[in-house]
Amino acid sequence: MSESAGLTTSEYIHHHLTNLHAGHGFWTFNLDTLITSALLGAVILGLFAHVARKATSGAPGRLQAAVEILLEMVQTQVKDTFHGDSGIVGPLALTIFVWVFTLNTMDLLPVDLVPLLMGDMGVSHWKVVPTTDPNLTFAMSITVFFLILFYNVKVKKLGGFMHEVLTVPFGAKMAPFNLLFRLIEDLAKPVSLALRLFGNMYAGEMVFILIALLPAYLQWVLGAPWAIFHILIITLQAFIFMILTIIYLAMAHESH
Amino acid sequence: MDINATLLGQAVTFAILIWFTMKFVWPPLVAALDERARKVADGLAAAERAKQDLAKAEMLSTDALNKAKGEAVEIIALSEKRASEIINQARQEALVEAERVKTQAKAEVDLEITKAREALRDQVADLAVAGAEKILRREINAQAHSELLVAIRAEL
Repeated sequence: MSESAGLTTSEYIHHHLTNLHAGHGFWTFNLDTLITSALLGAVILGLFAHVARKATSGAPGRLQAAVEILLEMVQTQVKDTFHGDSGIVGPLALTIFVWVFTLNTMDLLPVDLVPLLMGDMGVSHWKVVPTTDPNLTFAMSITVFFLILFYNVKVKKLGGFMHEVLTVPFGAKMAPFNLLFRLIEDLAKPVSLALRLFGNMYAGEMVFILIALLPAYLQWVLGAPWAIFHILIITLQAFIFMILTIIYLAMAHESH
Repeated sequence: MDINATLLGQAVTFAILIWFTMKFVWPPLVAALDERARKVADGLAAAERAKQDLAKAEMLSTDALNKAKGEAVEIIALSEKRASEIINQARQEALVEAERVKTQAKAEVDLEITKAREALRDQVADLAVAGAEKILRREINAQAHSELLVAIRAEL
C-alpha cells in the first residue's frame, strides 16, 4: 500500500503483521490463523481421502503418484531413523510435513492479495500464512513434546524414565544436575521446533512485505527471486519440522 | 483498502513466480510422477507377460508330457505285440521242427524195418531152401527148381 491509501509505511507493515483476533488477554483467538489452517487442513484431508478412496494397485494417476511419492519419502525417513515399532510416527510425520508445507505455501501468494479480498468482504485484517503465527507453531511443537513424554513413559515405563532422567548423563550421585540438564534438553525441543519454523516464515513474510513497499515497477526485481527462493524455504522448513519430530520420537523410544 | 499499483507490482511478481514454477519446477515433478506411473505400468505388464509365458510353458510341457505318455503306451503295446509274435513264431518253428524230426525218425525206423524185413526174408528164404534141400536132397535140383525158389522168395 502506498501513502495514497491513507497508511504510512509503518502502519502498512503493522497492518500486515496483525492477526484478525477475537477476545482479549490470553483468551485471544487469532481467527485468521485458525480458519486458514483449518481450511487448508480440510482441503488436504479431502484431497488425500479422495486419492485414498480411488487408489488403484495398477498404474497410478498423477495425483495418486504424488501422494505415493510423499508417503514413500516420509516412510523412508521414519524407517531410517526409527528402529522397531513406529506406530503413530509415520502418519504424524506425514501430517506435519503436508500441513506445514501447505501453510507455508500461503507465503507465495502476493502479500496484498488476501488482505485485499478479505477487506472487500469487510474483514479488517488477515494474516494468510498461519506458520508466521507462533501460536500455531507452538501448538504443533507442544503436541510433539507431549508425544515425546508419552512415548518415553510408554516404552521405558515410569520407573525407567525417571531413572533415565535422574542418572543420565552424570550418574546417580549428580541427580539434580541430571534432572536440570534433562529439563533443558526436553524443553529446548518444542521451543526450537516452534521458533525455527515461526522465525523462518515470519522473516520471509517480512521481506515480502518490505518488497511490497517498493515502487510497483521495481517489485519483481526482488520479489521474483525471493519468491522462487521461498519455494525451497517452505519445503525445507516443512521437512525439518517433520524430520526433527521423527528424530525426537525415535530418541524417546531408545534408552540413552 | 484501495486497489492501487502495488497490487500490479505484486501481480507481476506472482506471474514471474508462476512462470518459473511452470518452466522449472512443474516439469520435473510431473516427469517424476509419470515416470512412476510408467514404471508401475511396465511392471504390471511384465508380470502379466510372465504369467502368460508361464501358462504357455505349462501348456507346452503338459502337451509334451501327454505326447510322450501316448508314445510310451504305443511303444509298449507294439513291443508286447512283437514279443507275442516272436513267441508264436518260435512255437510254430519248434512245432515244425518237431514234426520234421518225428518224420525223419519215423522214416529211419521204417527204413530199418524194411532192411530187417529184407534180411529176414533172405534168411527165411535161405532157411526154407536149406530145409527143402535137406528134405529133398536128391529129388530137387537147384538149377531145375531155381525158378520156383525165386517165386517163393518173392512171396515172403
